[in-house]
Parts: sequence; C-alpha cells; structure tokens
Amino acid sequence: MQALIYGYGNPGRQDDGLGIALTQRLEAWVSENQLMGVEFDNNYQLNIEDADAIAQKDIVIFADASDEDIEDFCFSRVDASAKVSFTTHAASPGYIVQLCKELFQKEPLALLLHIKGYEWAFQEGLSERARENLEGALAQMKTLLTDLENITRLQEDLKKC
Amino acid sequence: MTKKITIEPVTRVEGHGKVTIHLDDQNNVDYSRLHIVEFRGFERFVQGRPYWEAPVLVQRLCGICPVSHHLAAAKALDVIVGSGTGEGLTPTGEKMRRLMHYGQIFQSHSLHFFHLVSPDLLFGIDADPVIRNVIGVALEHKDLAVQGVMMRKFGQEIIRATAGKKIHGTGAIPGGINKHLSAQDKEAFLNGPDNFNIDQMIAWSQGVLEFFKDYYTRHQSFIDNFATFPSNHLSIVRKDGAMDLYHGVLRAVDDEGNKILDDVDYQDYDQYIEEEVRSWSYMKFPYLKSIGKSDGWYRVGPLARLNTCDFIPTPLAQAEFEEYKALTHGKPNHHCLHYHYARLIETLHSAEVMRDLLNDPDLMAGELVTTGTKINKGVGVIEAPRGTLFHHYEINEDDQITLANLIVSTTNNNEPMNQSVNQVAHSWMDGQPEITEPMMNAVEVAIRAYDPCLSCATHALGQMPLEISLFDAENNLLDSKRT
Repeated sequence: MQALIYGYGNPGRQDDGLGIALTQRLEAWVSENQLMGVEFDNNYQLNIEDADAIAQKDIVIFADASDEDIEDFCFSRVDASAKVSFTTHAASPGYIVQLCKELFQKEPLALLLHIKGYEWAFQEGLSERARENLEGALAQMKTLLTDLENITRLQEDLKKC
Repeated sequence: MTKKITIEPVTRVEGHGKVTIHLDDQNNVDYSRLHIVEFRGFERFVQGRPYWEAPVLVQRLCGICPVSHHLAAAKALDVIVGSGTGEGLTPTGEKMRRLMHYGQIFQSHSLHFFHLVSPDLLFGIDADPVIRNVIGVALEHKDLAVQGVMMRKFGQEIIRATAGKKIHGTGAIPGGINKHLSAQDKEAFLNGPDNFNIDQMIAWSQGVLEFFKDYYTRHQSFIDNFATFPSNHLSIVRKDGAMDLYHGVLRAVDDEGNKILDDVDYQDYDQYIEEEVRSWSYMKFPYLKSIGKSDGWYRVGPLARLNTCDFIPTPLAQAEFEEYKALTHGKPNHHCLHYHYARLIETLHSAEVMRDLLNDPDLMAGELVTTGTKINKGVGVIEAPRGTLFHHYEINEDDQITLANLIVSTTNNNEPMNQSVNQVAHSWMDGQPEITEPMMNAVEVAIRAYDPCLSCATHALGQMPLEISLFDAENNLLDSKRT
C-alpha cells in the first residue's frame, strides 16, 4: 500500500499554510516511527503535474486550509471532476484525480482533509485557533497512517464533512 | 434601457477582478472596463523589514510565479549590496539564476498553453465548457495532454533543483546564489527517462509549435482578427538587441516599430514610466511619460518581447522567430491571439537555453556570491512569464526597507487588457439581447491571452467561480450566469 499526503497552501499567508504545516508535522512523525509506504509532498497549490504524482499511489490524502463553515476539520471523499477554474493558477483535488484517470488510467482512493483557518494576512505562522484545529487533524491522520492497510474500514471512522 | 453586464471572478482574500460591459438603449456596447483588484498592501508590509529578507518575503505575494518575484527582488538587492546591475555576479551566480528563471518560463508557458489555450483551439471558443478544458483534451488528444503535464513538471523540477524547494525557495540571495547544481540533478535533466529529459522537452516544444501553426493555417482569419489593435510594446532586451528574459536594458517600440525607449538602464525606470490612477480601478495604469497618459500605454509579455527584440539567440527559436516576423513583414505584431504563438516560440527558446546551461560547467563549481559597497537604492527588472516585472527598494542606515514599489506584469498590461475586452464586447455583444456562455468565454479568451495573474498569493477551499450578471439602469439584476 503506497500513500501520498499532499499539503497545499501558502504558509506566507497565515492559516493558508495549514496543509503544509500538517505534512511537515506528519512527515517528522512518520520518520520517527519508521512507518513505511507513506510519502509527502507540498506546494502553493495543486496543478496538472500532480496527476502524474498521484498516479503511482494507492491512497492520496490532500490537506488544505478551509474557510468553509466547518467546526475544526473534516474529511471528504474526492471524486473525479472535470470542472476547470478561470485561470491556470490552481486546480481542485477532483480535477487532479480526473486528469490522472484520463491520462494515466489510474484512480487512487483520494480524500481531502479540510482544516478550518481564520487569518489570511501577509504573515508567517498559524493563528491560535488554527493550531488547535491542526492538532485535532494530526491525531486522526496518525491513526489512519498507523493502519493504512485497513483504510477502507478506517475511513468510516473519520470525521466527515 | 441601459444595461450593465458584470463578469466577476471572486476570490477570498485578495479582493476580486470583474468585467463590466455597459450597453446603450439599443443594446449596443457603450463602453467596457476590466477591474482588477491588486493587493497593494504588500509594498507597505515589507517596509521596516531587513532588506536581505525581501527575496523570500516577496514569494508571499504570489504563489503562482514566486520565482519571478524572488529573482526580481534579488536583482534589486544585488544593486544595494554593490554586486552590480546584472553583469556583476559570478558566472555561477548568474547562470544558476538564469536556469531557475528559464525553468519558470518553460513551466508557466507550457501550463498556460496546454491547460487553457489548447481547449479553445481544439474545441472552439463557443464549445460546451463541459468538454472545453484539459480533461476534454485528455480524452481526445491524450498525447498532447500528457506532454503538457510532463513539460510543466520538468520546469517545476528545474526550479526545485535551483531554488532549493517548492515552497519559499531560497536559491537567489543578494549578490548571487546559495548553491551549485548537483551532479545528480544535472544527469537527470540531461539523460533522464525518454519522457523526462531536456532533449524531449525541446522536441515537444517544437511539436506544440507545429500544432499551433497548423491550427493557424486553418483558422488564420479568427486568429488574426480577434481583439486586434495597434499599441506600443515594452520589454528588456540584451544590449545587442537579443531577446533576454533575465537581464538587459529597457526598450519600447511604437505600433510601427520605431524605438521610443532604447538602451535605457532600468535603474532609471521612474524617469520614463509613470502610473496613472483611475477612480474605477484599484490597479494602476502605467504609461510612457514621453508620450503621455492617453497614448503612452504599452503591452508587455511574449507578444511585446517578440516585437522589441532584434533576434533570439538560440537557433531553433530564431528560425521560428524569422517565420513569425515574416507574417507582419518585420513590423510589430498587434494580434491579440498571437500572444500564444509568441509564447510557444519563447517556450522553445527556454528549452534551448536550459539545455545549454545544463551543459555549462559553471553550474557545478565556482564562486557563488560577490559583494561590494552598499548603496541605499536598487531596482530589479526581469521578464516574467507574463511580462516585465519591476521591483524597486530603498533602505536606511539600519538596513531596513523604507520604500518598495512593484509594477507587476499584469499591471503593465492593464490598459491593453481593457482594450481587448472592449474589442470583443463590440464584436460579440453589440445588439445582442442575451449574454450567452460563448460570449462570456470570448471575453475570457481575450483576457487570458495575456495570462493575467488576477489573484496573486493564495487560494483555499470556498473560492467562488467566474460570474456574469446583467443589470438595468436602476441596478436591478436582469440575468446572472456562472462558469
């Protein structure tokens, strides 16, 4: 079982860096605990080359900051989607999965971790409430990564959006 | 009844850009405006920060083309630390930065063409948006779509290898660069797998140019007549007139090709360029002082660069340049959709430059940084993918930034984009009782030719899509559409 945890956002814009912060913390934890089969990546935003990056994986978990009306964090299943944005500048997780499916005939199980953010100014560092949300998301991710082989069962216990 | 049509891409943090088209009583277009909200607070934000932080800080401004801001800031700080204005760096310092920059151009141009332009060309700008996207391209032209993905990935990997990492890269520092190219990366770029080495990138760049030229042969009238209007053009060029996207002198030509500016040191840019404020837009309108506000505006970006330079210093791109210039008999090219043609010639040029640099031993060894006598002002200019990018900093005795002025590419193209929208609005909407999706896409096609960065810096879930709304004279909503 090969998994990719992909955080995206701009850590120079406060809570927009939640996805990156999650991957950095998790990567250190995975290394300490010598877990196998988990890789990490991050970027300012998703883009078309990520279709190639996820093509070799069985599971992909995207992690992003969210200003949606959610309590702290939640997971949603990523379905392939052809919806395209106005500019070239970003792509949705569903779009990347769809592109992967069409170009490489692969469709990994994909989840999106939404982590609630609050502050978006030109500053480094997460707001206090965002840090609390990050800790909660990290705890669920650790449970998931510890038993990846049972992802199908485990995802039923995740906090859903 | 007078109507106002609003096309409004809304983003969460930076504000938003929108198009308003004002119709008269006969439903003909009276006038149109493209409003882009640009986050100007950044220039104030860096005030008081140590100057050496600028090349990293400016990447907060734009998560789309952080390399361009990173390098423009570093070039300005080269001047401040006394390392010269582009010629003073060590060979390693300059060439590593060039590799980073041409990797950025390559990936950005590839993304733009494959992701946004090719669907319009393959399916038509009036095609159903459900298929008029890169997924549609993947379904019907899989090889083309895979090439786009791999070309973008190659450029991104060049950036990683030179800037150090994807997020907040630190490669360029005042006076030089902080690392050499590793032997492992060099080998991978030169002799990697069949679908991921520099020779393949050059071959694919040639292939996509042939694809465009074939399309152009069959659709010349559309390409030549869509949003075409005369203008001035501005870029930096090498001192001998060659295309140089990393460093050079300012040159501007008028619509006939006469030089308005030539061999101008960009340290003095503010003697030649001024920015006008208009009440209806937060984004300024730059113009050449010598001509004035009404006629001194200019285009920047690929179309402008192929109008200002005398030649391209790599053989394959030069051959394409000669064929391209013949279309307008050596005169400036004013066709809006030829931005795409020019962009693809630059893509090929960038691939050739990367190949030459990857074979250059200076990247693997040599001094990284030069220093000199510090001064309190520096200007850095670079040809970013979207056009000329100015960074101007001044510092005090405590090394703190006291002034920052940025003129980004999209700002330079503000008036030309407005002109393009106006052209399309008249052509597509005059006398039309209803605003259809193809009409809306025609406006977008005109704007997208410039590849504008409407929402620098960030993104998150919860973004709004592009919207178009129709209002009557009393601001009652008559119609509303979303893409």
